[in-house]
Amino acid sequence: MLSYDIVIVGGGPAGLAAAVAAREAGTESILILERDHELGGILNQCIHNGFGLHTFKEELTGPEYAYRFMKQVYDMKIEYKLNTMVMDISADRVVTTMNKTDGMNQIKAGAVVLAMGCRERPRGALNIPGYRPAGIFSAGTAQRLVNMEGYMPGREVVILGSGDIGLIMARRMTLEGAKVKVVAELMPYSGGLKRNIVQCLDDFGIPLKLSHTVVDIEGKERVSAVTIAEVGPDMKPIPGTEERYTCDTLLLSCGLIPENELSKSAGVELSPVTSGPVVNESLETSIPGVFACGNVLHVHDLVDFVSEEAKRAGENASKYVKEGSKKSGREPIKFVATEGARYTVPSTLDVDRMDDLLTVRFRVGAVYQDSYVSVYFDNERIMHNKKRIMAPGEMEQVILQKKKLAEYPDLKTITIKIEKD
Amino acid sequence: METRELTCIGCPMGCQITVELEKGEVKSVTGNTCPQGDSYARKEVTNPTRIVTSTVIVRDGDKPRLSVKTKSDIPKNKIFDVMKDIDAAIVEAPKNIGDVIIDNVAGTGVAVIATRNVAKA
Repeated sequence: MLSYDIVIVGGGPAGLAAAVAAREAGTESILILERDHELGGILNQCIHNGFGLHTFKEELTGPEYAYRFMKQVYDMKIEYKLNTMVMDISADRVVTTMNKTDGMNQIKAGAVVLAMGCRERPRGALNIPGYRPAGIFSAGTAQRLVNMEGYMPGREVVILGSGDIGLIMARRMTLEGAKVKVVAELMPYSGGLKRNIVQCLDDFGIPLKLSHTVVDIEGKERVSAVTIAEVGPDMKPIPGTEERYTCDTLLLSCGLIPENELSKSAGVELSPVTSGPVVNESLETSIPGVFACGNVLHVHDLVDFVSEEAKRAGENASKYVKEGSKKSGREPIKFVATEGARYTVPSTLDVDRMDDLLTVRFRVGAVYQDSYVSVYFDNERIMHNKKRIMAPGEMEQVILQKKKLAEYPDLKTITIKIEKD
Repeated sequence: METRELTCIGCPMGCQITVELEKGEVKSVTGNTCPQGDSYARKEVTNPTRIVTSTVIVRDGDKPRLSVKTKSDIPKNKIFDVMKDIDAAIVEAPKNIGDVIIDNVAGTGVAVIATRNVAKA
């Protein structure tokens, strides 16, 4: 059986950054497995700019950002296999792969880094009534068709969901000559960045209808019209508010779900909130030696944060290969996200294994203005940071200091919540 | 007196900013809650610019499309002129990140450059 110290599942931004960091931490034997025909992952189709402000202090397009990491992988001569699908990961870290040249293969991994990314929520998961004709695409599929394959999915477009990919595609389709008639968003706020609402919709006079959803799709062979209606506070359509748009295309931008089929079959514990693995401070899952980072762990809005998180996963995987699991034997501290905070990554903390600083990322469940992010060590409030605005579409973070945690040797839980005062 | 309504893009607040203009001169900026909003609004009403990203057809490449961008921002009202030039461009592989694809796109004085590598097929 082939064997590598670290096997990385996925050659997108998370996998690339994890590989580079693991090599820099001194691990020689690394293999990246990528199912597409090239490295770079989803960034290859994200040709718009705005990536890398945190990492490189400049605005890059997706392919440019990906190439910065790909080049490091090439220069470091880190091994990778393209067109290779991972079929299975076992609890004892045997990775089963398949591709056209090697057929089925098994690889024994000292450590595994899960970096499979996420998938778009499809129509089937949205319960939209109406016919099932051609012309209904997820926004990401349309993005790949337009930007990489050079095909236009349609000419007259309605978009459901105002996530960033939907907004970006509204502009992209408009630039290529399509007429985007409306963007409908179920929630009373958009999940997309303000910048994208202004520069992708307002710039082109595309209306955004909040608290609206699709109630009918017409067309037998191809989409011929879409009807949207306003929804009430119960999220149910309000009769009499229907508006019909003739169109040939419906794009869906209704959320992303971490792609964890492999993690699940390996026996990795998943969070019902993020749909990603439950991880400790080292980004290690419930299976020792299996780490997770990027959108497979929890969906990010900024690739810069993916790269940073993946770097930590890569470093920790390298450490695991060299030293094994150095658990302190003490019960780990549990994170609790409540009262506005939906989840935290990581979920547990072993103070002896953390670096001097630990970034804890979380999301809020609604829009909060002039509120506080509070951190409690058991019942004592130790952090109370005022934020002018927090929104579900933007990931929040708090940074914990090892020095401070050392003052609380019997700490059981760290609670993060949103408080009005 | 002309008034313009804008949504600030500086942060998720998205302040609704009102700008009063007289003969193209900004007279007042209101509605913003920080200095960032003020400078955004002034630029946006007097000289709005954008980076345009798109793709061009690439012949004999290992991929059918080459992604490109304007090397710097161009006037917002030139976006569709820039797109017309980009859509008309056809290039030959190989191309590398940073290669100039169009010298002076739509008379803006700005170049369109490649944002990825396309090898010869």
